[in-house]
Amino acid sequence: MTASPLLEMTGIAKAFGPVQALQDVDFRLRHGEIHALAGENGAGKSTLMRIIDGILQPDEGEIRLDGKPLRFSTPLEAQQAGIGFVHQEIALCPDVSVAENVCMARINASRSFLVNYRRVRREARAVLRQLVDIDPDAPLNTLSISSQQVVEIAKALTLDCRILILDEPTAALTERESEALFKIMHRLKSKGISIIYISHRMAEIFAHCDHITVLRDGRYVMDAPIAETTPEAVVNSMVGRELSHLYPDKLSTPPQQGETILSVRGLSDDGLVRDVNFDLHEGEILGLAGLIGAGRSETVQTICGLKPRTAGTVLLKGREIRIDGYPDAVAEGIVYLSEDRKGEGVFLDLTIAQNVSALRLDKVTTPLGLIDRRAEQDQAQALTDELNLKSGGIGEAVSSLSGGNQQKVAIAKLLTADPAVVILDEPTRGIDVGAKSEIHALLRRFAQSGVGVIVVSSELPEVIGLCDRVLVLCEGRQSGTLEGDDVTEEAIIALASDLTGTALSDRLPAGPAALDSVQ
Amino acid sequence: MERGMPGVLKRLVRMREFGLIVIILTICVIMSFASPYFLTEGNMRAILLSFSTEGIVVVGMTILLISGGIDLSVGSVMALTMAVAGKLFLFGLDPWSASVLGIATAAFIGLIMSYFVTRVGLHYFIVSLAFLGIARGLTLVVTQGTPLSLFTLPPAFKFIGQGSFYGIPFVVIVFLVVVIIADFLLRRATMFRRVYYVGSNQKAAEYSGIRVDRVKAGAIILCSTLTGLAGIIFMSKFGAATPQFGVGMELNVIAAAVIGGASLNGGSGSVLGAILGIALLSLVTSSLQLLDVPVFWQDAIKGGILLAAVTIDHLVHTRRK
Repeated sequence: MTASPLLEMTGIAKAFGPVQALQDVDFRLRHGEIHALAGENGAGKSTLMRIIDGILQPDEGEIRLDGKPLRFSTPLEAQQAGIGFVHQEIALCPDVSVAENVCMARINASRSFLVNYRRVRREARAVLRQLVDIDPDAPLNTLSISSQQVVEIAKALTLDCRILILDEPTAALTERESEALFKIMHRLKSKGISIIYISHRMAEIFAHCDHITVLRDGRYVMDAPIAETTPEAVVNSMVGRELSHLYPDKLSTPPQQGETILSVRGLSDDGLVRDVNFDLHEGEILGLAGLIGAGRSETVQTICGLKPRTAGTVLLKGREIRIDGYPDAVAEGIVYLSEDRKGEGVFLDLTIAQNVSALRLDKVTTPLGLIDRRAEQDQAQALTDELNLKSGGIGEAVSSLSGGNQQKVAIAKLLTADPAVVILDEPTRGIDVGAKSEIHALLRRFAQSGVGVIVVSSELPEVIGLCDRVLVLCEGRQSGTLEGDDVTEEAIIALASDLTGTALSDRLPAGPAALDSVQ
Repeated sequence: MERGMPGVLKRLVRMREFGLIVIILTICVIMSFASPYFLTEGNMRAILLSFSTEGIVVVGMTILLISGGIDLSVGSVMALTMAVAGKLFLFGLDPWSASVLGIATAAFIGLIMSYFVTRVGLHYFIVSLAFLGIARGLTLVVTQGTPLSLFTLPPAFKFIGQGSFYGIPFVVIVFLVVVIIADFLLRRATMFRRVYYVGSNQKAAEYSGIRVDRVKAGAIILCSTLTGLAGIIFMSKFGAATPQFGVGMELNVIAAAVIGGASLNGGSGSVLGAILGIALLSLVTSSLQLLDVPVFWQDAIKGGILLAAVTIDHLVHTRRK
């Protein structure tokens, strides 16, 4: 490659109190390359990027930009030096327009007293046109999460950056939006901009990046040109152990041989979901796939009584059940895991034991209406042991756990209901590879033990690797069901984007969902 | 629990309540040197009496704060309770029934506030600010702007606010009973565990099958009801209902709860902490009086203590993370 790197970091160390987040890390970014940074959660990727961006200061080590040693003490300094950072979490103003969000940094840097809104809109429109067509005048909070992510990227593009850091940008994007993003990345690369791309997804890394650096437990493990390595080698160096089976074995017999646990007939809600029908059989894992905005979460939330149902019936083991709210579903043994772990899944500042008992407080309540602490502790201990939770004890706050372990706490909570059906919405989003395969194995165990398992996922490899049968939704209607060898990426995408023409697009409400549909 | 002494000690030291006890004891030691009257039985009793009744409101506010709410209307609701009960008594109703109706008025205001918060979806701050005005206005209407003199209250009723058992003022006994029950329930009762869940993460509580609106409404109504109870005790104590009673009380009550560790974001707080908070504020007020500091300084100094307590807590918490 070229002689002198654009950005060179050597011997970087950073500690947070007793925790050594980074130790002796080297990182080299060359001119005009897309450089993947991989590693499990907690490996130190984000810490390293925050040091580049000036949010954090390293304890040791040297940073050179164009061969000149330097250190940014604030993100503004880094911005001025041409470093753009798209954070994993969306950091936008929900109430103002898309255009103002896109141009936020520009407006801030502007010296004029008044804001030229016409120019702001024009510039925003120009930047957005390169990405996806989003109305610059729409308030941000009317957009879906994935569209907001696009706005976040557009915002970074308005600054003339030489280095663009993308921290897991595709986590919330649909395949199609991801593809659009990759096109943009390649276009930026051809303009000479270097991109640091953080991701868990090997397929994306190997399709689009030039070079990869892997971190593990805060240390540098390897770096190599993409052409000279393999996904297996990268995954193994990330985890530090051989991952023989990424996904547990599927059912060897057709799923329909199992007894029917749950039947959904003619389910509709007051907006998106229209006439959904399916059966869930004992032993199988049923996947629910579709683009973002296709109504996957809405469908399962309507089944659970978290959203009002306008039509349709739900039968549990052949018996029609009445669900007027989520508590009714829990009483019937139908439980739901939210896709937003921190926002809706766990109580961060409460203890593990208190989190586990939240769903079925009656099980740890004495006849006098008091909490039976012994029962609460025992229940939490037993369930967290079963799920192989790594923690400092069940009296610790959930905020002290890693993402994967927080998710295990949320799942332990579901198990307290002795569920007949567990519905999991994006169960492994933002979770490191190790915990991910543990959760997959766990779901398979549930299915084998006779619990009905429904998994909603945007990650196609997960859907394909894990599920025996996949129901695909498009614009709130089911566009098809796949099973066995028919479960392929192409088949799911074809159904999800309605290439077969079963769903009626005129039923689609205007607004945020429009972006996610296929134009 | 079973981690051995050093662990227990360490946790004790880290507890919010422990820090407050240290501060309170320090002030006591300093004051006992600074003023000969400080350590007298009379002064101690006066301090205890001064915060006992308001302390009942602090208990209610703490529970409300844990649930993620706040109530600015407590001072006005208290005045309204006294005015309604006082007026009914003057109309010839027996004082006990009048008091029950007074407390019911307070609870009813809580019910209306909870309607606006949970059904309409307005913020606690705005709703209770509105009722700070509405309840005060109703008090003025009921009393016609002049204090109600209730010196004809029967002795049995006056005993609530003025009597004592074996030298312990009855007010203090009522306060301690409320505190002990509330503290026990908050730590142990399933019903109150839900308050922590809702305050900690409303969405997660909803996704755990908890009927969030009921919990929120319950906390609002409980706070208003306890405020009404405190109003009746004050009425018995003073033998009067004045239209301007309790103006600015929300500052004291919220400050005490927050100094005691309740978070405005919900999810944390304890009755013991809140009681130590109100004890600290009363202790400071009393000390300033003994030191002949002009009374005008009191609010400024209390505000300063609130700021200091919250700042220290914030720094300790961010460092731990």
